[in-house]
Amino acid sequence: MSDSRVQQHIVGPSPHITSKATCSGIMLWVVAALAPAAIWAIVNMGLVAVQLLVVTIGVAIGTEAAWNAIARRPQTILDGSALVTGLLLALALPPRTPWWMAAVGAFIAIALGKMVFGGLGHNLFNPALVGRAFVALSWAGVLAGVENRGWFRTLADVSAEGYDTISGATRLAVATADRAASGGYGFDLVAQYEPLLLKNLEGSLGEISAALLILGGAVLIIKGIIDWRIPAGYIGTMGIVSWAFGSDPVFHVLAGGVLLGAFFMATDYVSSPMSKKGRLIYGIGCGLFNALGRFVGPMPESTTFAILFMNGLAPLIDRMTRPRVFGVVKSDE
Amino acid sequence: MGGVHPPGHKERTAASAVERAPVPERLVVPLSQHLGAPCAPLVGKGDRVERGQMIGDVDAMVSAPVHSPVSGVVTEVGVTLTAGGQRVAAVTIEPDAPQDLGSFVPVEDTGDARARVRAAGIVGMGGATFPSVVKLSPPKGMAIDTVILNGCECEPFLTCDHRLMLEEPEHVVAGARHIRDIVGASRVIIGLEDNKPDAAAALRKVAGSDIEVTELPTMYPQGAEKQLIYALLRKEVPHGKLPAATGALVHNVATAAAIADALEHGRPLMERIVTVTGAVARPGNYRVLFGTLVSDLIEHAGGFVGDVERVIAGGPMTGQALGTLEVPIAKGSSGIVALEKGVAARAISDDQPCIRCGRCPEVCPMGLEPYILATYSGRRMWDAVAARSVIDCIECGACSYVCPTKRPLLQLIRVGKSAAMSKGAK
Repeated sequence: MSDSRVQQHIVGPSPHITSKATCSGIMLWVVAALAPAAIWAIVNMGLVAVQLLVVTIGVAIGTEAAWNAIARRPQTILDGSALVTGLLLALALPPRTPWWMAAVGAFIAIALGKMVFGGLGHNLFNPALVGRAFVALSWAGVLAGVENRGWFRTLADVSAEGYDTISGATRLAVATADRAASGGYGFDLVAQYEPLLLKNLEGSLGEISAALLILGGAVLIIKGIIDWRIPAGYIGTMGIVSWAFGSDPVFHVLAGGVLLGAFFMATDYVSSPMSKKGRLIYGIGCGLFNALGRFVGPMPESTTFAILFMNGLAPLIDRMTRPRVFGVVKSDE
Repeated sequence: MGGVHPPGHKERTAASAVERAPVPERLVVPLSQHLGAPCAPLVGKGDRVERGQMIGDVDAMVSAPVHSPVSGVVTEVGVTLTAGGQRVAAVTIEPDAPQDLGSFVPVEDTGDARARVRAAGIVGMGGATFPSVVKLSPPKGMAIDTVILNGCECEPFLTCDHRLMLEEPEHVVAGARHIRDIVGASRVIIGLEDNKPDAAAALRKVAGSDIEVTELPTMYPQGAEKQLIYALLRKEVPHGKLPAATGALVHNVATAAAIADALEHGRPLMERIVTVTGAVARPGNYRVLFGTLVSDLIEHAGGFVGDVERVIAGGPMTGQALGTLEVPIAKGSSGIVALEKGVAARAISDDQPCIRCGRCPEVCPMGLEPYILATYSGRRMWDAVAARSVIDCIECGACSYVCPTKRPLLQLIRVGKSAAMSKGAK
């Protein structure tokens, strides 16, 4: 074996093996976990859903590619994070959102949500939620579904003939209004479980089926990609506070953006805490502010702002929940 | 408590009985095969040496003498590169043919067990190569009540300790008793991972009621000293103190067997079991004379197969990647692992971002936050890395192993650690 005498091997620091996990692999798992809900939305809503998905994903990836090109930075679109941001944004928008509005949201998500901070890993807030918040604050009525689209001429209008749904307020908005007016509800919340779980044409794309979101979230937890503490803290707190306010906890977890937020938005690595304890606290905070927005504040759809608020607290939570160094007793610190 | 579960890859050699590697045409025996003061040569060019004859020693507490593994003639006293990349003095010996490996010059018995362990050149054979006599002489006021033998072998690929425990359990157990008697301990525990039930059974068969054999969950780094003490005794080595502060003394199983050999037969340390595995034609566990070149050993194992990207001395988590195969097997060489393309870590580019996934603090067995330490090190913030306990890092590499963006975490932390230590020393 003469070739064993030739110096031909890589010399590098240990460890010499690494796990199979990669950034793009993780992102693709998130996409896979969201795919059933996205596909079910396309099946039920048709072209409007396709159009929204194509616009947000396309603009998200395009914005990142352009930013990197202009800034002469290495291209990063293959890490998959822009794909996830675009997908999440589409799933957090109502199907009739005008395409250009979704495009603005996707641009803001990537440009102001991520790239200005220095790109992936450096952003303080979840980019998809930054984009959604921008759209929600700029065109509040359109997102809530209560405003007629007025002068907006949208692709959605043109192509949505097959999309037969209730245009107007979601059941969650109606329930919230009912409650504010009379302290009770004008309809049976328990009867809403089934449509919310299986097929719900109100609200955003991602609200099409709570069951599919739970399935996707469960896959990510089982694969070790997300920590169960965030959704558990989030959903648990949402349920408990709903119950404390005398309302139906199951309805309030299934309705609106809670599940998409708890499993897919709040669990964004970059903008959530690192420690297990911190993640539980953070999840509880998300659930608490989401519930308070719904029961005390004016916003039934407070998921976006609840998570963004907790994103801002994540560094503080990290500081409060630093791990104990092996061999150091608490009083030593 | 952290830890990772890399694929074991042990099945290739776990069932291979130890066989002796051939005596090579020449041996390059390094005079520094241990942690501590290097030895000075006791022989010169042209001298005849006998197997077991001491050929290097130095008058220092933290050191270990070196013996000739063969009878033969010294052809050179020069310098060699070690697996670790250092240049050290070395004695090149041309062995007699035929070679009688059954006999050797025994180490004199002066009645002092510690002196005999030192004279036999015994060092920690798990890879750390710390002179055993130093560990057998705990500082005054530090009583040792428990002797722990480390048979975890938590590094992937390696099976040399596994085979030793399986084939020579009485040897290991005898060594454990000697260590216990030397330090005056009352309890002996042999700890090994639960992926070696046959070795555990073999040890239990020969261990009396005075020796406990405990199987631990298979997890890297289960065999790290502090982690092993914690797993067996539920005691944490206090920050900044020696492991002996817990009353426990840890020795590797192969070290224990070598101590038994030294005390019962006066046998100096001249050879060891080396697992040669990975992408080689005939992987196995070989008994190898120190000074045998890695290239000779690879050739004996049938040469490389496939596209070998890295050749590791030791295990893949903590071992050293060899730039040349013309380096000798020494006391700390537990394995030679040829990693194929696809199995070996990719060469690292240093501009990968941290995506704050939380994996590295989760797997760190020391409760550190590797992502922060690496970032601070990269920015040369030495006080900040020191304040975040960088010196507690045991350099196991679990953080780099799990990092999805493949940041060179451990490498950066090493830089910060050495900066923090040299600052602390000033």
